[in-house]
Amino acid sequence: MIELRNISKTFESADGAVEALRDVSLTIRDGDIYGVIGMSGAGKSTLVRCINLLERPSSGTVLIDGRDIAALRETELRKVRRKISMVFQGFNLLSQRTCLDNICFPLALAGVKKRDALVRARELLSLVGLSDKADAYPAQLSGGQKQRIAIARALATDPKVLLCDEATSALDPKTTQDILSLLKQLHETLHLTVILITHQMSVVEQICTRVAILDGGAVVEEGTVESVFSAPKSAAARRLVFADGYAHVSSPTDGRRCIRIVFRGTGTATAPLIARMAIEQGVLANILAASIKTISGREYGSMIVEVEDADALARALRYLKQNPDIAAEEVNGHDEPVL
Amino acid sequence: MTNLCFESIGETWSIVSDEFPFALWETLYATLLATAFAIALGLPLGVLLVAGEKDGVLPLPKGLLHALNIAINVLRSIPFIILMVLVIPLTRAIIGKAYGTAASIVPLVIAAFPFIARLVESSLREVDPNLIEMARSMGATPFQIITKVMLRESVPSLISNCTIALTTILGYTAMSGAVGGGGLGKLAITYGYNRYMYGVMAAAVILLVVLVQIFQALGTRLAAKSDRRQR
Repeated sequence: MIELRNISKTFESADGAVEALRDVSLTIRDGDIYGVIGMSGAGKSTLVRCINLLERPSSGTVLIDGRDIAALRETELRKVRRKISMVFQGFNLLSQRTCLDNICFPLALAGVKKRDALVRARELLSLVGLSDKADAYPAQLSGGQKQRIAIARALATDPKVLLCDEATSALDPKTTQDILSLLKQLHETLHLTVILITHQMSVVEQICTRVAILDGGAVVEEGTVESVFSAPKSAAARRLVFADGYAHVSSPTDGRRCIRIVFRGTGTATAPLIARMAIEQGVLANILAASIKTISGREYGSMIVEVEDADALARALRYLKQNPDIAAEEVNGHDEPVL
Repeated sequence: MTNLCFESIGETWSIVSDEFPFALWETLYATLLATAFAIALGLPLGVLLVAGEKDGVLPLPKGLLHALNIAINVLRSIPFIILMVLVIPLTRAIIGKAYGTAASIVPLVIAAFPFIARLVESSLREVDPNLIEMARSMGATPFQIITKVMLRESVPSLISNCTIALTTILGYTAMSGAVGGGGLGKLAITYGYNRYMYGVMAAAVILLVVLVQIFQALGTRLAAKSDRRQR
């Protein structure tokens, strides 16, 4: 189990201090596929580097299986790091070594004999499906193949935790799928805990069990993927969940009002809800934006509709709230709740 | 002012065939030995310059790093011809005498190792810092990062920089002929400058040019061949 307690990190730069992380507390249980999502500059990479102390937090504690790793001596910390492997956006393969030697690298660092290391490296090569690339150099591989080699390398020391820092961000959509399937498969067969840092919503939707949303260095939402994505509460979460949805809905005019309808569960999103509201309640809603997604096999979505006036708004809200799988609230033109 | 006059071809040829083989050997011997010693000193120093920085893998006390940098700059700014004279006491202490080819190796090494340290420094700075972070994330010790990542990854660049050093040192050996060192440079000076036998001087210079071409071509090829980045 990995516990981050009140982690803050401030970088001193020429133009003053930059707060990269602000009081971040997270608990990642063994066996989770934990997503940390946020826009560029939200502090994701700093956060993941605090887990293995590549970055020392300015304050706060990192507990791994209950042990405060900041208190460890360098030699002990190195042993801990071998059990928390890292996969990077840029692959970070050693350019002057073959794939096989790249996979042997962490074993050589740990003092494993070359012969034993080679045996293990060949096993891992076949595990990631690249046995034929043993003697190839990284420059001869495609992006997806490089990341497979990097994953094989990360697994060489039998880690319990895999930290993936934007591991799919440099890959095309098809290759991203392949790498995610591989990670999921490894998670299941090797009982790995996976921590995935990403800015891509689709990555979290597909394989994560829990997610934390990072914005401006702070965790703004945290929970199961279903709960966070079905009813995103923070502005940052909504930006991420419905990134391709409705960034700018024009402000309602002439006393017209906007409602954000959130669908959380199978079936509701596809039912002719708006049509039924028009027939049963006589409320004519104009759909301004909508985004429906399938997350962990269930449908979720959100829609912004515009109605005529305050009276129609009240009737619509009353009607919508009858359905337990639907949340509805009035919003302004910027998709911010009207209190 | 003397007119540029050439001795007869026969005279030139007799000197070239009598004295050049040994002079060539002396030049090669001084160059290669001086380069080897200069690398032995300059390589670790270059590593320290990079690894010893504040954000490096083996941070040194700030004052020490600063002192190393100044010492290197000072040694590099002394003209070689003067350095040769300055280090005579050291040369005597090490070799037992201050003239001859073996003795010329001492000032050559002193002149070349700070230069090599700077070349090594620039090679190591080309290494992707993400690779160093990767190694740290895998629990590498500073020594492992230096040997298995920084030096290993910059082998092609180190080879081409060592070639630069080698050809520079070859040029310096010729200069050491002025103050008692042996080799092709000495022949060029004693016959060409002192005795106006420009044919011999030209032959010595041509041979030096050929040597530089050969070293450079070999070094460039070796560096390219060792580089696995583009294939």
